[in-house]
Amino acid sequence: MTTAKIELQGVGKRYPGTAAPAVANLDLQIPEGEIVVLVGPSGCGKSTTLRLINRMIEPTSGRIVFDGEDVTGVNPDLLRRRIGYVIQQIGLFPHQTIAENVATVPRLLGWDKARIARRVDELLDMTGLDPNVYRDRYPKELSGGQAQRVGVARALGGDPEVLLMDEPFGAIDPITRDRLQNEFLRLQGELRKTIVFVTHDIDEAIKMGDRIAILGEQSRIRQFDTPERILAYPIDEFVSEFIGSGSTLKGLNFERVRDLDLSGTFLVVQPDVDRAEALARYEQSPERWMLVLDPQQRPIRWVDGSHLADRAVPLERAGRPVIALIEPDATLHDALERMLLSNAGQAVVVDKQGRFQGIVDVEQLADVLKRLRNQAKKHYDELAANGAAEASQPEEPG
Amino acid sequence: MTTLPPAVRFVRSNLGLIVAPLFVAAGAVALYVYNHTTDKIFQDERALGWDRNLRPQLEQHLSLTLWSTAFTILLAVPLGVLLTRPRYRRAGGPILAVATSGQALPAFGLIVLAFAWLGRGPWTAVWALTFFTLLPVLRNTMVGLEQVDRAVIEAGRGMGLTKRQALMEIEMPLAVPVILAGVRTALVINVGMAALAFLIGAGGLGATISSGIKLQRTPVLLTGAAMTALVALAVDWVAALIEKSLRPSGL
Repeated sequence: MTTAKIELQGVGKRYPGTAAPAVANLDLQIPEGEIVVLVGPSGCGKSTTLRLINRMIEPTSGRIVFDGEDVTGVNPDLLRRRIGYVIQQIGLFPHQTIAENVATVPRLLGWDKARIARRVDELLDMTGLDPNVYRDRYPKELSGGQAQRVGVARALGGDPEVLLMDEPFGAIDPITRDRLQNEFLRLQGELRKTIVFVTHDIDEAIKMGDRIAILGEQSRIRQFDTPERILAYPIDEFVSEFIGSGSTLKGLNFERVRDLDLSGTFLVVQPDVDRAEALARYEQSPERWMLVLDPQQRPIRWVDGSHLADRAVPLERAGRPVIALIEPDATLHDALERMLLSNAGQAVVVDKQGRFQGIVDVEQLADVLKRLRNQAKKHYDELAANGAAEASQPEEPG
Repeated sequence: MTTLPPAVRFVRSNLGLIVAPLFVAAGAVALYVYNHTTDKIFQDERALGWDRNLRPQLEQHLSLTLWSTAFTILLAVPLGVLLTRPRYRRAGGPILAVATSGQALPAFGLIVLAFAWLGRGPWTAVWALTFFTLLPVLRNTMVGLEQVDRAVIEAGRGMGLTKRQALMEIEMPLAVPVILAGVRTALVINVGMAALAFLIGAGGLGATISSGIKLQRTPVLLTGAAMTALVALAVDWVAALIEKSLRPSGL
């Protein structure tokens, strides 16, 4: 595992005078350029684990290896200047302007003034704050969301390769949190930092993580894998209880409509079709609904046999409107939502121009879920059979 | 409030700072007029001689106040910093208790005790005053440092500020308003206490008050007392100005 950017080797933390360690003998590899989310119930030691990495808490056993270099004994202040750190309370310095806050690490690293000023503007831009507006403001003039943007900009100040984030969006209202998460993922798409992210919220973990480590008591790893595989195949009772009952549905977030097989035969008609022939086709088919397409191939109505038979009503206005339209880029979760709204229990897939592509129904989704589950199970069975690694150790997704 | 012109808003938010010097000036003028319009006997003229008595006493009074406050700051602020560091935090209680006893002692008794120990002279008075006002500055330093948001320090340390940098660049600036409030209290207490310094031959405006009592002359008594009060007000005003100017922006 030479690709690991950060490696914890048997790291433990025992506070004097306590019987059980807070973190017991933890082995964890953080791959370069990925977001690894540590998630677990309150008090499981996930924050402690994060703080062991930048040695805000000194480990009592084990080694921390950074880029192949053992940093367990180096000067912690110098180590921390190489690691970005964002905490839930943000902790902006209230007596310093936004620019001074963001300049903290560059200043500690001894950059010259011009370079610091350029870097500050660049970072504010990057995190969606206009430097000309915010540079000289003080933290108390910011909203919670803006303050957390500054928090992220400040953590990126010295262009660290590694970022530690301790529930960074935990104290922010749900709407702003969602926006910040999306922006952060977009930013990470460009920056490709190695990130360790702590949260107690499994949904945030699924959304943010390239990999998720589900931690139990004393920071023991219960499962460490991609969100897809954890959702498809929780390895034990603890994990499945922690990720909750909706996990199967959450798994649909990772699959896209375009990956489905849409080549089946569907009942479609043009409005000017010969009714008798259409009716004959309808009656031969097991389908309950027939889709009416306009001349540009855009779905317009759902009709059944009675509508086809009623020649007084043109097909453009017969039956029920098509409301469950979905594009190939949408996730299966979106598709399911549309399906439940639809009159026909099916979602109609259309391309960007609105042309008919195919139909998704619940059975197809069930098949996908079954396939994901079987793949994940097979993966774990193979691991167990090889006996080479613990089931909870990370492997490249198959 | 936002519709008010800036000048009006400035006056409103700084009302205390604007009124205080006017009040002191009015008091000084009133005292001057009073002294020049009342009939005085020979002893009055002597006791109230500006160059002979009042000016040197005023200077002694100010210098006692400033020296003792300076020593208080030099002792109490570093001590307060030390006592809020994890290693020495446990000593905080006992030391705070000693400082509290300093203030619990009657000022008069403390000055006489210092005299018995250190002998006559202004430095004895300075040390007595210093001990007396240790408490407000020490306590405010400790409280000021402890009320700094832990998350701010955590964030700073997490980015690689050393302990010393975190103290000097984050904790101290954020504690300054509270520490200065303690210093301001100490200054005002010291002006009052310095009025007793004449008892051990350290001079100050207390001498004039004492003459007024002994001579049973109201003009002398009144002048000494009023000047002490005006000095206290003036010193407090200057301290308030310093407090305002040293308060970090952004708070």
